[in-house]
Amino acid sequence: MNSHTIELGHGGGGVQMNRLIQEVFFAAFGNELLQREEDAAILPLPSGAQSTMAFTTDSFTVTPLIFNGGDIGKLAIAGTVNDLAMMGAKPQYLSCSFIIEEGLPLATLKAVAQSMAKELAISGAHIVCGDTKVVPRGCADQLFINTTGIGLVQKPGLSASNVADGDAIIVSRDVGCHGATILMNREGLELGSALASDCATLWPVVEALIAADLDIHALRDATRGGLAAVVNEWAQASAVAIELNEAAIPVCDEVRGLCELYGMEPFQLANEGTFILALPAAQAEQALTIMRQFSPSTNAAIIGRASHSEQQAGTVVLQTPWGSQRYLEVPPGELLPRIC
Amino acid sequence: MPEPKQLDIKQLYDGFRDPATVRQLARTIAHEAQQLLQPLNIMEVCGGHTHTLMKFGLKELLPENIHFIHGPGCPVCVMPKERIDHAITLAAQPDTILVTLGDMIRVPGSAGTLAQSRANGSDVRPLYDPLDALTIARQNPTKTVVFFAIGFETSTPMTAVLLQQAEAQGIDNLLFHINHVLVPPAVDAVMADPRVRVNAFVAPSHVSVIQGADIYQPLVDKYATPVVVAGFEPVDMMEAVLRLVRQKNAGAAHVDIQYSRAVNREGNLTAQKLVADCFTVRDTFRWRGLGPIARSALQLKPHYQHRDAEIHFRAILPEHELDDHKACQCGAILRGLAQPADCRVFARGCTPERPLGSCMVSSEGACNAYYRYQSPQRAAG
Repeated sequence: MNSHTIELGHGGGGVQMNRLIQEVFFAAFGNELLQREEDAAILPLPSGAQSTMAFTTDSFTVTPLIFNGGDIGKLAIAGTVNDLAMMGAKPQYLSCSFIIEEGLPLATLKAVAQSMAKELAISGAHIVCGDTKVVPRGCADQLFINTTGIGLVQKPGLSASNVADGDAIIVSRDVGCHGATILMNREGLELGSALASDCATLWPVVEALIAADLDIHALRDATRGGLAAVVNEWAQASAVAIELNEAAIPVCDEVRGLCELYGMEPFQLANEGTFILALPAAQAEQALTIMRQFSPSTNAAIIGRASHSEQQAGTVVLQTPWGSQRYLEVPPGELLPRIC
Repeated sequence: MPEPKQLDIKQLYDGFRDPATVRQLARTIAHEAQQLLQPLNIMEVCGGHTHTLMKFGLKELLPENIHFIHGPGCPVCVMPKERIDHAITLAAQPDTILVTLGDMIRVPGSAGTLAQSRANGSDVRPLYDPLDALTIARQNPTKTVVFFAIGFETSTPMTAVLLQQAEAQGIDNLLFHINHVLVPPAVDAVMADPRVRVNAFVAPSHVSVIQGADIYQPLVDKYATPVVVAGFEPVDMMEAVLRLVRQKNAGAAHVDIQYSRAVNREGNLTAQKLVADCFTVRDTFRWRGLGPIARSALQLKPHYQHRDAEIHFRAILPEHELDDHKACQCGAILRGLAQPADCRVFARGCTPERPLGSCMVSSEGACNAYYRYQSPQRAAG
């Protein structure tokens, strides 16, 4: 059945959204840079330039505006800065556009701006241009923010299509905290839990990994669609099989509990400060040692490996703790709770 | 005074996922299943158990002579198209908000899904907790809020609570469209088909918490099949299989409760009384894939007629019955006569993103579970 209108599932970061992007945006704007589908585009610069630039943009809408572990402002900075960092680029300059609904308390806007300033300081990036629009009540949900960023590439060659045979797959921390926190805050679930979003700027840890001169093949932050979306994208773009060890993937008790209640997968929940890394297995321990020195990645873990496989290329297989296997799928679209 | 003890969700599954226990159970089953005189064709009635089998990769751990036939216990999967069309029609009424549970909004009716009608302007809201319908009704006093109620015996008591709260709080703009269905008549309808080869049952977990294990005694009496009421965790499921193997090997057939931490013989009597106060059994109800089954669903009792959306909107609700897409095998799958992969549109024309049949929609549907969690070994073989 073809849909003729945009549904919420089209924004879920899963199969439905990929199809929309292919059929509408690539059809209209398709070019080689865009269709690499990386977190940020690497811009060709005039010959003689010292370094290449990474360029990215992201819009942020979240209800509630302020949640455990962050707010829309922190998210708007960390999200764009992280997309640059995932391409090995040091975040430099950001633009920032606000779409504000009539009636938003000024104090809320000020708090959001202060939160953005604080988050910018972590990477040293600056907001150098911006735009402000106010729309009538009902035309937006309180506050939407768009940020666009450019950064200088310090580590060229990172790409979803560079994951290689024998690479270790590392996750920077326990997965699913942001998605679970928003679900809990939005639905007013009173579970009395200390759960907080993982929202964080990842440039400092990425900078340290780059400084160690590790042979990193791919980096990606596991935002919408979660860990499952990233590893599936890598498996397909790099034509490798990725095998994950379920028991090794860190998931905190609160997230697992919430997923049990609602029939969801922690591996498909969104993160805002969690990244996945692929590099030769021999360097995995060294990467872990570096990552564990930084607060967003103190419980980084090796969760699997990539391998060359004719039969299983493009797939992600999860090894269960009792020796059986299953595929880990990309989430279909809107995540909905089960019924009983 | 000591702090009141808090129950962590973790305590509900920890231990029931212990790898060593699962492996040991697999070895014991493999050993004892060698003595089975004929293959064990287990029907796991509930979609939650289908999900457990696939999500945790348990089928791979079992010997060749143990098969699973996936039963009709997925509330979304058994809703016929005309009931979905009711929901879509109700949602399209002016000043009406349709609220329902979970993945119901993705099930295709004759002209689209509730998600699509939401995108086209209808006010459709998925609920996490049925009681949220009270808040929505209170916040929208000028609108009619219709709760599209679905589910087996597990979710019926929550609808009853919602109904009684609406009455007690005088919230008059909340109506109910009742689609609650019953497990025993559906299983009976499946077993009545002579082609069905089921010779053992894993009975539902949560339905049994409410109704008690005794509701399965007629199955044992009529078909002489062993029944084990099992929990939803991997250890529960494996232990239930072992208990079924043991009953078979001993030539026994009785109702056994593996999920004893939550289920007893008579069930939750308070919940049963609540349901009896609010609902009465319909003469007949048409199930998707199974057709009409006598006394297999509930409706509101006459003294709650003022809240019955089917009565209130009788003039506009479509009445004609609608069959599934010709290529869709949901009916045969729900009766255990086909496996998802036997369907020629499975994973081709029919995917969770664009489902043709309801078994592909719900996370409790057999097709959806196979699509999401299919074992790579079996897929390659």
